[in-house]
Amino acid sequence: MAKRKTIRTIPRERAPVGEQDPQARIRNFDEVTLRFTPEQAQLEASRCIECPRPVCTPGCPVGVDIKGFIAKIAANDLRGAYDVITQTNLLPAVCGRVCPQENQCEGSCVVGNQLAPVAIGRLERYVGDTAIAEGWSSIPYIEPNGFKIGIVGSGPAGMACAADMAKAGCDVTVYEAFHVPGGVLRYGIPDFRLPNSVVDAEIRNLEKLGVKFVCNTLVGRLFTIEQMIDELGFHAVFIGTGAGYPSFMGIPGDNLNGVLSANELLTRCNMMQAKDRGFDTPLPIGARVAVIGAGNTAMDAMRVCRRLGAEEVHCIYRRSRAEAPARIEEVHHAEQEGIDFHWLTAPVAILDDGKGGVRGMRCVRMELGEPDASGRRRPVEVKGSEYEFACDLVVVAIGTNANPIIGQTSKIKLDKRGYIATDADLATSLAGVYAGGDIVTGAATVIKAMGAGRTAALSMKKYLGLRDSDAVYGEPPKPEATLFGLDPAEHNFVRVRTA
Amino acid sequence: MSSQMDASGFEIVARQDFSDVTYLLEVRHPLMAKAARAGQFVIVMLNDHGERIPLTIADFDRARGTITLVIQAVGKTTREMQQVCKVGTRLYALAGPMGEPSHIGGQRRVVCVGGGLGVAPIYPQARAYKETGAKVTAVVGFRNKDLVFWEDKFRACCDEVIVCTDDGSAGIKGNVTEGLRQAIAAHPDIEEVVAIGPPVMMKACAETTRPHGIRTVVSLNPIMVDGTGMCGGCRVKIGEGIKFACVDGPDFDAHQVDFDDLMVRLKRFAAVEKAAAEKFEESCRIGRKAGG
Ligand SMILES: Cc1cc2nc3c(=O)[nH]c(=O)nc-3n(C[C@H](O)[C@H](O)[C@H](O)COP(=O)(O)OP(=O)(O)OC[C@H]3O[C@@H](n4cnc5c(N)ncnc54)[C@H](O)[C@@H]3O)c2cc1C
Ligand SMILES: Cc1cc2nc3c(=O)[nH]c(=O)nc-3n(C[C@H](O)[C@H](O)[C@H](O)COP(=O)(O)OP(=O)(O)OC[C@H]3O[C@@H](n4cnc5c(N)ncnc54)[C@H](O)[C@@H]3O)c2cc1C
Ligand code: FES
Repeated sequence: MAKRKTIRTIPRERAPVGEQDPQARIRNFDEVTLRFTPEQAQLEASRCIECPRPVCTPGCPVGVDIKGFIAKIAANDLRGAYDVITQTNLLPAVCGRVCPQENQCEGSCVVGNQLAPVAIGRLERYVGDTAIAEGWSSIPYIEPNGFKIGIVGSGPAGMACAADMAKAGCDVTVYEAFHVPGGVLRYGIPDFRLPNSVVDAEIRNLEKLGVKFVCNTLVGRLFTIEQMIDELGFHAVFIGTGAGYPSFMGIPGDNLNGVLSANELLTRCNMMQAKDRGFDTPLPIGARVAVIGAGNTAMDAMRVCRRLGAEEVHCIYRRSRAEAPARIEEVHHAEQEGIDFHWLTAPVAILDDGKGGVRGMRCVRMELGEPDASGRRRPVEVKGSEYEFACDLVVVAIGTNANPIIGQTSKIKLDKRGYIATDADLATSLAGVYAGGDIVTGAATVIKAMGAGRTAALSMKKYLGLRDSDAVYGEPPKPEATLFGLDPAEHNFVRVRTA
Repeated sequence: MSSQMDASGFEIVARQDFSDVTYLLEVRHPLMAKAARAGQFVIVMLNDHGERIPLTIADFDRARGTITLVIQAVGKTTREMQQVCKVGTRLYALAGPMGEPSHIGGQRRVVCVGGGLGVAPIYPQARAYKETGAKVTAVVGFRNKDLVFWEDKFRACCDEVIVCTDDGSAGIKGNVTEGLRQAIAAHPDIEEVVAIGPPVMMKACAETTRPHGIRTVVSLNPIMVDGTGMCGGCRVKIGEGIKFACVDGPDFDAHQVDFDDLMVRLKRFAAVEKAAAEKFEESCRIGRKAGG
């Protein structure tokens, strides 16, 4: 047997990965980070020391068998790697690109104690992209079981739940309010981080599983959640409507014409394709843009403005770089692209140019005080530090709230903040109705939304009396996960065979 | 792309032209016809390169399974629709009904005021009030006699119809506030006024009823993108607060609305819109030359 790899025997440096030059990429919407070549992927895979008890997997919100898939890459079995990942993660090409790996798998990687951690995200993306290019999908033989499942919202939570229910043999319909499916993956995250072609490919995979997407359908208004169960014949419903209801700052000048939410900017740019020739939706960009906030949404907004021709783009954030919630790679890329960061700065008013537009902001400097409820140090205003800052467009990216439509139109129980209240199994107050993703937790991450979709699917199956089968899911279900406590080996309800 | 409905779109089953700028489209959507209530709107996309534009549901026919839109050609999208939306063609996207339905019921006498592009949207409200037993006066305004439409429809569901024209060629001479004043003078028991139309007109109606303390509702028309509360582009100032017209409205208490803010916000993209309309006109001219 080969000698066990150790931290001393593996390549010290991460495999280099191609990246578009900052000066070139601020003029296009092509992807910034290129895909690993096979050689780079091999090299990076060889950096995994194959811990007997890996700590990366518990670091992953859905528990991908990371050591397992990396070993397959090292053995040059990409199809095998894909099958390992898709046992738990349906969207490797997406998650490899957008997960905050530094706080999850890569953050716990043992190699990272001394060297740069294994580039798990890039390897995952490499596998996902290869699968798309090769047209692979893990489509099992599915025997229909006659249950009809309705999914509300086509973001990652809805997609994950749809996939699991379809694999279990259910007839699944996903309703989406927009004219295209994908949720934030479509309207929020720009092409240079997550190309629309990747989202399309993932949706096609779901369609191959038999999932039907019905767009232009605002659930709550066209029909209610209650009507889905009572009149449209759905046996169970999953709500994954996201948290896209943007907050504004509540400071003077908030309503001026040069002020818009990052969501509006990104929707116009990404979903409505205002950036492309021949599309009608307008999106005028200022010369000096200020973006408020330092999360992923703020980084995306800044980098979009950069690409749309803003001369200067400034990031205004009331805490310091260390507290910025964005993925580290995004902050780094934004810096490379010439975004000016103003840490420890907060706006107190937006100033009118006399014609309904913006001429600038009044800002104050902040300093960090005692830690607050989130564990981060609370920013406090430095007295007498007020100053004026010239800009002609203000993009607000300070967070979102629960979308109110489902609450307005249904008797479903909401929590104090307006999100849908669920128990640990993600069951809501309505029988047969489950919810998950940002509409339950508040704005979070793609992988958490996906994990919630899968948890809800498990609960739905329990509710419907369906059994999981280990042909599809590596781990046999725990006995308490089945309604009648039957032996998992029996597979007696749904027959799911890998074709 | 990958949705059943997108593949086929939404069929236009009838069209009527009221003037050279105003036209009606009846679109098949049986579920929406069932769900629609007075005061709600839809978001339409003509084609996959188009804008998402909000239009009020001017009528719905549950038996025929259709909804009706009445549209004024004011810019690129609405003019293009005027050219290409023929019976049998399809809209690429149609989502709705959106917005909170109007709160109708319990009033004994109401006045429904519609001016310009507000005439059609006020119709379902007038009809809904009538259905709940209210006495309904409709005040509808047009520039001149030739532009008058749906007078018969209003007469069929209202107790009184006051037509106003700018030049006096039909009904009374003057704008709808004149008609509203007459209605208030004639009926001391008016409990509610609903006004839909351009912001200046709604503002004038709000000022007309304010001294009388009559509850007044307006349907606001800010620029929208999604219509689902996702972008905040449609935010309007109501009293001290900010509301999203697409989910909190579009109906609001007229006496609380900051109309000046709304009017400024409607000019947000004025320059781009003008350029787009001119470019579109230009391409039509070239198209006509090439064609003929
Ligand atoms: C700009 C931006 C960048 C981000 N970057 C990252 C990142 O790099 N990494 C990361 O992990 N996370 C990132 N996130 C967060 C992540 O995208 C979200 O946490 C995740 O998408 C939530 O998924 P979801 O399925 O709960 O909801 P969403 O993705 O929000 O999808 C909800 C869908 O439901 C639809 N919908 C809503 N109401 C209705 C209704 N009544 N009827 C029908 N359909 C409805 C919506 O139109 C939408 O398509 C980012 C978010 C944004 C906005
Ligand atoms: C709730 C609501 C209901 C409406 N109902 C009707 C109706 O029943 N019939 C009708 O003819 N019109 C209606 N409108 C207005 C209609 O949406 C606009 O006239 C249309 O979007 C103009 O598009 P355009 O490209 O033709 O013109 P543009 O040249 O783009 O704009 C012309 C004018 O329309 C306004 N406008 C532009 N884009 C939008 C947008 N996305 N949303 C709202 N306003 C916009 C602009 O302020 C501008 O003044 C309604 C608007 C709202 C918000
Ligand atoms: S139109 Fe986007 S929030 Fe109302």
